[in-house]
Amino acid sequence: MRPKPATLAGLVVTLAVAAAIALIPFALSNYHRSTGADVAVFFVAILALNIVTGYTGQISIGHGAFMAIGGYATAILTHDHGWNDIATLPIAAICGFIAGVIVGVPALRFQGVYLALTTFAVALAVPQLAKNYSHLTGGTEGLALPTHTGMWLYGVGWAVAAVMFAIAWLLLRGRTGRAFRAVRDSEIAAASSGVTLAVYKTVSFGISAGMAAVAGSVYVLVNNFVNPDVFGLTLSLYILIGAVVGGLGSLWGVLAGACFIQLLPIALTTGSVGSSQSVPVVFGAVVIGVMALLPLGAANLLRVALHFGSQWRQHSDTPLGTEGR
Amino acid sequence: MALRPSTSWIVPFALVGVVVFLVVGSVDSALFAQQTVSGLANGGIYASLAVALVVIYRATEVINFAQGALATFTTYVAWQLITWGLSYWEAFLATLAVAFVGGFLLELVVIRQVERRGNVLTVVIAAIGLLILVEGATGWIWGNGIKFVPSPFPAHFYHLGGATFSLQDIGTIGISLASVVVLWGFFQFTKAGLGMRAAAVRPEAARLVGVRVSWMLSLGWALAAVLGAIAGLLAAPNPSYLLQPSMMDGVLIYAFAAAVVGGLESAFGAVVGGLLIGVLLNLLSAYVSWVTPQLLLPVAFVIMLVVLLVKPSGLFGRTRVRKV
Repeated sequence: MRPKPATLAGLVVTLAVAAAIALIPFALSNYHRSTGADVAVFFVAILALNIVTGYTGQISIGHGAFMAIGGYATAILTHDHGWNDIATLPIAAICGFIAGVIVGVPALRFQGVYLALTTFAVALAVPQLAKNYSHLTGGTEGLALPTHTGMWLYGVGWAVAAVMFAIAWLLLRGRTGRAFRAVRDSEIAAASSGVTLAVYKTVSFGISAGMAAVAGSVYVLVNNFVNPDVFGLTLSLYILIGAVVGGLGSLWGVLAGACFIQLLPIALTTGSVGSSQSVPVVFGAVVIGVMALLPLGAANLLRVALHFGSQWRQHSDTPLGTEGR
Repeated sequence: MALRPSTSWIVPFALVGVVVFLVVGSVDSALFAQQTVSGLANGGIYASLAVALVVIYRATEVINFAQGALATFTTYVAWQLITWGLSYWEAFLATLAVAFVGGFLLELVVIRQVERRGNVLTVVIAAIGLLILVEGATGWIWGNGIKFVPSPFPAHFYHLGGATFSLQDIGTIGISLASVVVLWGFFQFTKAGLGMRAAAVRPEAARLVGVRVSWMLSLGWALAAVLGAIAGLLAAPNPSYLLQPSMMDGVLIYAFAAAVVGGLESAFGAVVGGLLIGVLLNLLSAYVSWVTPQLLLPVAFVIMLVVLLVKPSGLFGRTRVRKV
């Protein structure tokens, strides 16, 4: 986030994008509106991952697990306790926050590869827990949720996304955001400048997981169904792909990443030679390509293009996720 | 990949204690003996994959998240060859050759390109991209249904005391341990093995004395892919795995846990860790009523977490000093 005269232009762009998102559903069928709601879900999930991985530099491959916690919170409260589904969102956020802090505490001692290992294991372990405690979660048969119209889902999804975006923006633009980035760029330098690593790392994980949990809640509402396979390893990996393709450490890349994850499969399956089996192959190839060619993601490519390449050298020499300083 | 003497004297004692416990338990109870042996068979599969992870980690400091997906892919290659009419052992050897070449090319074409411009995080993410790509390609080529790979061992059972051991389990233990021993011999007694060890420890110095470090890294990936293929081929006939695109997802977590228990840098530690985890999980699910098959993955995760929190260097790893 830049404390530069670009703020006004940023505001105009934000309003224009918000207006576009608000108008799009009127041109869509009911089915495509719920697809639009899924884009909002991935927007929030990728935003969440960006806070902890892009801004604080702590890799998480397990964000699908936090989505599962939020999704199950919503499903159990509406299915078993008759709650209104919107009212479950704050509860989901709180559950996710607590889970994130629990994962964040070991993350204080792990770095890089070890954190990747543990969060990867979390992504695989949490659906197994949901399968095991089936009296609560419905096991593999799952739980059904009330159905909603596509318009309702689209509206709720993007309203939640707007709130989350505002929270992320407010959080990252000030003191907390600076501390997060300091932790990412050098933990030792951050600690010597008075940033308490323990507090900021766990808070970053907690907030990120809370947001992911809300995304999981909306995801469950859009699907109006939940079972452990909904939150499998693939979901976690797709969130990571979205964040990587959009560009870690960039708020605008989040929208690009969400569209990529949700809309590319549709484009692939509706094409003449298309098959849903090709989706992971294309995703994997794109991720490897992005890592090999432009590790800072698509958002950075755009930014570089806008700056007429003058800062190319400077950007391409910085490590992953450290652009935009 | 030599056995590095551990700084802690407790480790050997604890391991001897575990072995004594297992032997005494097996003599005492036939069921315990059976569970221990089938646990060792699972552990052998975990150990093969864990050693593959360690070989790559030592060479490039990267955890290969695609190791399980690659193993599954090569197992499908074996299935395809058997379906085309090759005998089991012909298909076995041909698959190992395919894995070797595939692993070599993968390092050359993909990993090296990413590593050249990125850091550890970019390579980890690229490995995850590889995982998605390979698992997706497996499903695309061969479909998502279950395929049946024949076992190389006839359905034969040995009886000892009151216990029954299957040739399948004993053969699995034998092959996985034999492949690790062959690998150890390669690292210990051949020039290429020495070059690989040198390239892993001191790349610059190795380059100065004429080791082609980049070739050694590719060779590391090739050997890891071969070990993964062996793990996949051993797992596929076993009814608790079965050949499907996600076959090794769970095994990969057990292999992670095994490698972490062993210290992530020690191949010997990875073997010990793999066998320990295999036996422990089998005994837990046999004797602890609330440990259902669904809970085995979470239990492995907890083991990994506890080792990382209490002794991050594992049983046989070096402790690292963090520098500014």
